[in-house]
Amino acid sequence: MATIPTTASGIAAAIASKQITAREVIDSYLAQITARESDIHAFNLVTADAARAHADAIDADIAAGRPIGPLAGVPIAYKDNMCTHGIETTCSSKILEGWKPPYDATVVSRLRDAGAIMVGKTNLDEFAMGSSTENSAFGPTRNPLDTSRVPGGSSGGSAAAVAAGFAPVSLGSDTGGSIRQPAALCGVVGVKPTYGLVSRYGLCAYASSLDQIGPFATTVADAALITEAIAGHDAMDSTSIPQPAPALVASVSQGVAGMRIGRVTDLPAGAEPEVIARLTEAFAALEAAGATIVDITLPSLSYALTAYYLIAPAEASSNLARYDGVRYGLRVNAVDTNSMYGATRAAGFGDEVKRRIMLGTYALSAGYYDAYYGKALKVRRLIAEDFERAYAQVDVILTPTSPVVAFPFGDKVDDPMAMYLCDIYTIPTNLAGHPAMSVPFGTGAHGMPVGIQVLAPALGEAPMFRVGGALENAAGGVK
Amino acid sequence: MTQDPLSSIIATDEQMLEGGWELIVGLEVHVELATKTKLFSGSPNRFGDEPNTNIDPVTLGLPGALPVLNKQAVELAMRIGIALNCRIQPCIFHRKNYFYPDMPKAYQISQYDIPLNIDGFLVLPSGTRVGVERAHLEEDTGKSTHVGGATGRIHGSDYSLIDFNRAGVPLVEIVSRPDIRTSEHAKEYVAELRAILEVIGASDAKMEEGSMRVDANVSVHKPGTLFGTRCEIKNVNSIRALGRAIDYEARRQIDVLDSGGTIRQETRHWDDAEGRTHTLRVKEDADDYRYFPEPDLVPLAPSAEWVQAVRDNLPMLPAARRTALSALTGYDTQSEAVIVVVERGQHDYVQAVVDAGGDAVRALIYVQQGFADAGPVPAVPAADLATLTVLERDAKLSATQAKTVLAELVEHGGGDAAAIAAAKGFEAMDTSAVEAMVDEAIAADPGAWAKYIAGDEKASGAIVGRVMKASQGKADGKIVTAIMQSRRG
Repeated sequence: MATIPTTASGIAAAIASKQITAREVIDSYLAQITARESDIHAFNLVTADAARAHADAIDADIAAGRPIGPLAGVPIAYKDNMCTHGIETTCSSKILEGWKPPYDATVVSRLRDAGAIMVGKTNLDEFAMGSSTENSAFGPTRNPLDTSRVPGGSSGGSAAAVAAGFAPVSLGSDTGGSIRQPAALCGVVGVKPTYGLVSRYGLCAYASSLDQIGPFATTVADAALITEAIAGHDAMDSTSIPQPAPALVASVSQGVAGMRIGRVTDLPAGAEPEVIARLTEAFAALEAAGATIVDITLPSLSYALTAYYLIAPAEASSNLARYDGVRYGLRVNAVDTNSMYGATRAAGFGDEVKRRIMLGTYALSAGYYDAYYGKALKVRRLIAEDFERAYAQVDVILTPTSPVVAFPFGDKVDDPMAMYLCDIYTIPTNLAGHPAMSVPFGTGAHGMPVGIQVLAPALGEAPMFRVGGALENAAGGVK
Repeated sequence: MTQDPLSSIIATDEQMLEGGWELIVGLEVHVELATKTKLFSGSPNRFGDEPNTNIDPVTLGLPGALPVLNKQAVELAMRIGIALNCRIQPCIFHRKNYFYPDMPKAYQISQYDIPLNIDGFLVLPSGTRVGVERAHLEEDTGKSTHVGGATGRIHGSDYSLIDFNRAGVPLVEIVSRPDIRTSEHAKEYVAELRAILEVIGASDAKMEEGSMRVDANVSVHKPGTLFGTRCEIKNVNSIRALGRAIDYEARRQIDVLDSGGTIRQETRHWDDAEGRTHTLRVKEDADDYRYFPEPDLVPLAPSAEWVQAVRDNLPMLPAARRTALSALTGYDTQSEAVIVVVERGQHDYVQAVVDAGGDAVRALIYVQQGFADAGPVPAVPAADLATLTVLERDAKLSATQAKTVLAELVEHGGGDAAAIAAAKGFEAMDTSAVEAMVDEAIAADPGAWAKYIAGDEKASGAIVGRVMKASQGKADGKIVTAIMQSRRG
């Protein structure tokens, strides 16, 4: 048996050229899951039988000479807040435990059409609310690089699955950094595309105006490949950009010669010194590769976190109101309907979800709307204007992804503000609706990986991947 | 004098209620749009299907489902706006958050401070102008049936059944200004609105089936003072009930105020059988709906071209139809016959009868009297009715005979009026024969005749009745009366 490639593109090519079978690939990945999943807990559900059956079907197609998709045989894991037809989708919440959607999310059906094979549904902070995956109702996911540490979150399961070799690629969702931050903490590539580039249809909403689906991968090229596969207009999502998917893989190897890279001089403080050191090295590497570094300011950035923690909970309080015990999921019976709602939601939601529902309900209440939600929307506009000014001078902006490397379990879980600060560098792009990615770039404290974040203007995925590719090339030479 | 800022309309003396009270009414009318599919999903918008068959992930508010706005619903909503003289503006959708079992997402997608249609008005057939504050798009809820318990309400029921077929059906809520001063005008407003909605194809507007639902905001005050506290009356299921409910509620409020009490702002339920309103909920219990812009939808900004195209394709509205029918027949635009025929959408049919050579006035009256249940396009061919009107006009048939023939035409969906008349032995009587019958009738009832001569017009009935009986209905009533008048001298 030939060696199993470690990248999605390598796997797809090897299967299409009959060097290996889809079944061999899936068995290899399932074996890795069997070996390490009990230590990692990346998955809420491993769909091994269905994955093997799908692989056999692809092999049969190839044997019969029938056409196959561009990602035929590529194993992939989905964050467990993406609907999968007939397969349990829990959002890592007791309130949805056992719920089987009667439909597929658009990203899931697109990837299946492309031939990708689902290996399972990955763990997350309940309803994508958190930065460590400790808020899962089904127990935390552990960082494959150091199982005493968190993988980040909320897409911790998807990041860990790729980092642990359970799948070459996975999908996560990013509302305030939930793809990029765990990618940084687990040492993999994570991409949040432009808001509207990837359909949200079938993604269980946390904060609708911020949520965006994107990939995890071990290489920048694989991340570009999966972004291409899931992007493009979807009539089922009104906020979907009415354009076909852009070509991105070619950008990865184009280099950065002549590009202008923004360095934020008023970046909110708080990053670990090793993280700042890697950022400095990243600028140097890009400069050496032919880019120009341009100093810029983003003065409203320091308000982003506050605005986010009003807008996201406000939308969440409404989005999660549907979990009322009437139609699906958990129901705790009580004497009347209102008591049933209360009992169901009290038993079904975890503390962080309840905290955000209460925050959001308060922010939207009569008499408080203008002071909280209304003002947060104004900050959101200011941030967008700041970025607009900056992108008049630069093509992309470089920041750390996370101020800290992966931290031990329990370190921040009882201190919501400390946890919220993990997303201080990732949140602004969500508020602006822009794309951003995290690329592994050396290590920091305790030898844990550091991620460098590349920010780009709306639909600036191509320049973002150019810089991502250059950083990946340079990363081999750093600490 | 202080004038309330909400409305500058002042009741006339005869519109005032007893004791110097002025009635203030504003109406909120919800209409279900006659679209093929729902407001935000592809499920059919169809009344009366098996429960929970017209559903999908969006209708059920399943996790991950997203709304996509129905273009036909927007177009019908714009038709309503244009017909009500509204300004159509770029608008957005909001979420109205509250928990209820038949509300799948626990929020309703509606429009809040920036609706599609604003600042319109409706001129009633009687000439009164009622302002229309807004007409906005929103989605309907499912329908709950509470089983067991005494009241049929959710409290105390054994269990509840929910049908989500109606959930997501497009609604337009039309909010009038508080410009209505009598229950008659309220009824007239709803009748006219219903006629408009039918004419423009926006809704079948059936109050009985719930495709048109009317809530009335009712208050009373003394002219020159600010408006009184209003109560919202719900569960009004017919135009007649609307008039009764408003009259009852006005009386109730006046009684409270006259006895020194105060009106509490509340929602009240009209009980048609009891003929009274009950408290449903008081304002203090009202939900805080936490409206905020719906992030799953993008702003709706109909292009000027689209608005113009909708305007250009709008059919003739009832007011214009009344004017046309009035010009055709010489009847006043506010006459019962003109109003009723237009309300039924039968004005084109009257025109067709005239175009086929018929008599305009007789056509109008026949249609008013004989086609109440016939719908906008009666089965009787216009030419057949035209023939009948001409026979009567030319005195070939008496009015009574013509009525009989009309009934035959209606029953058989048409026919040759002359042949029917002949088959029934109807023939115009010559005047001398009628004169002889009149003289016989006078001789038979000299008492009635004496009264008639003395000026009692009612006494003519007895004489005319005898002539009709003797002629077996063939005598023309008008001719009989003319002969009697000439005999009286």
